[in-house]
Amino acid sequence: MNTGILALQDAGFILGSYAITFAVIGAFTWRVLRDGRRLAERIDDDDKYWT
Amino acid sequence: MTTPTIPADNPTSTRRLGTGTAATRVLGIATLVTMGWLVAFGLGFSPADRDQEDAVRILYVHVPTVWLAYLAFVVTAACSAIYLFGKKHSLGFDRFAGASAEIGVAFMALTLVTGMLWGRLTWGVYWQWDARLTTTALLFVSYIGYLAVRGLGGSHEQRAKRSAVIGLLAVIEIPLVHFSVRMWRSLHQEASVLDSDGDVDMDGLMLFSLFVGVIAFTLLYVWLLLHRSRVIAMEDLLDDQGLDRALDARRAEAGS
Amino acid sequence: MSRWRIARLVAGKDLRIERRSRVLTNQVLPFAGVTMVMFAFALDASSVLERVAPGLIWLATLFSLLVLVQRSFAVESHDGALDALRVAGVDPVAIFWGKSIALAVQLAVLEVVLLIAAVLLYGADVPVGGIVLLATTLLTATSGLACVGTLYGGLTAGFTGRETLLPLLVLPVVAPVLIGATRAVESALGTDGVPLSEGWPWIGLLTVFAVAFGVGGALAFGPLIEEAT
Repeated sequence: MNTGILALQDAGFILGSYAITFAVIGAFTWRVLRDGRRLAERIDDDDKYWT
Repeated sequence: MTTPTIPADNPTSTRRLGTGTAATRVLGIATLVTMGWLVAFGLGFSPADRDQEDAVRILYVHVPTVWLAYLAFVVTAACSAIYLFGKKHSLGFDRFAGASAEIGVAFMALTLVTGMLWGRLTWGVYWQWDARLTTTALLFVSYIGYLAVRGLGGSHEQRAKRSAVIGLLAVIEIPLVHFSVRMWRSLHQEASVLDSDGDVDMDGLMLFSLFVGVIAFTLLYVWLLLHRSRVIAMEDLLDDQGLDRALDARRAEAGS
Repeated sequence: MSRWRIARLVAGKDLRIERRSRVLTNQVLPFAGVTMVMFAFALDASSVLERVAPGLIWLATLFSLLVLVQRSFAVESHDGALDALRVAGVDPVAIFWGKSIALAVQLAVLEVVLLIAAVLLYGADVPVGGIVLLATTLLTATSGLACVGTLYGGLTAGFTGRETLLPLLVLPVVAPVLIGATRAVESALGTDGVPLSEGWPWIGLLTVFAVAFGVGGALAFGPLIEEAT
């Protein structure tokens, strides 16, 4: 009886950890790619040292 | 290996090249694949631990975030040193240092959060005042301070010099904080139910899952570092161009 | 002119300014005193207060440190004095040590006053045997705090939007001093039955801290206060 509830709470924490980890990673990634695309428009390709 | 660039004066010129290159695309795909494996093994294939039961699954993301946070910190410190003490004072190292610190802050925050969730399940408490946790928390705040110093304005060289100094001071700060907290906690010999290490005896699939996590996050770190530092390079470039244009406009005014 | 002589001149200047303006005595000490009273309001029972008195003394010291550092550099940026010194080619290491010494003197005065306040307000007790440890703690902790304060104060001085950065930069760095100085004072005062011998290892930590930031701070100060010409 109690173990069922505890397992559910555990699952919440565990899934929550994964969820927040990938949410933060996703947000960071999205921001980097968005900034990259926006800024790339305004700069000559010759000035980009990685091309 | 050059990709043909579209001439800038072509009226129908399409999108310019972004921050991605062939290398980063490969890196990105590898990251996604290993992340997928991490989730599959972490949440699925690996067994529950004897003592911690399923709570151990949190470690498969928590440990990689710790690894990444400290790796990022070391890279920031190293790049700071190279910028400061190298002959050329190349701003590229400053950009790497800054990008790495941003990534590091994010992952240090994740370290603290996932660590607290894990701690709640295994120790019953969200937080403990032991040397590792406390040092991580203070390092996190120091990182935020470092990023704030980067935002103080001024020339790129000033930013680079200031933040490099702050970054290196943080390095000497860490052992001081760690030892003082350790000395402090050793005064309170608590019953070792709350064994602060939480190092689990791992083998087989569990160790493999952990390994996959560390690899996945390392690939992610390199990918993020490359993209973010390129974005910073472009931001700096636009800054400089803006400045040049302003100077030209001023000269034109003066001339006419 | 030797570095040491310049440092003494800078320290003397700062202390003279303090003597004339009396900011420490008229503003910072009262602030520290009020903080001690506030702690009493927050912490309620008098038994708790006596036990945590050492910690509260050092907390009040840290908060006052932030105010003193701001003041230390406000006197410079007021007439662009720091810039003038720098442009004139005065050795930044000497400036750093000079300002640190002046700051340390003011801090030391503050800490003695706070100790007296703790005795009066919290019922803290100062056993004669603990005086040496107390004095040593004061010396080592103050040196470390003064160096850290001067260093980050130089960075954040004078520009709006920068001064608010000072607490964020300083407090994590001085955490070891807070831990060490509090424990040392606890054993000096015998709070909670802590024996005198337990205090001395902390003096070691405080000394290492003071040396690390005395040297590191001196080296870092120059690059940090440079502004674009």
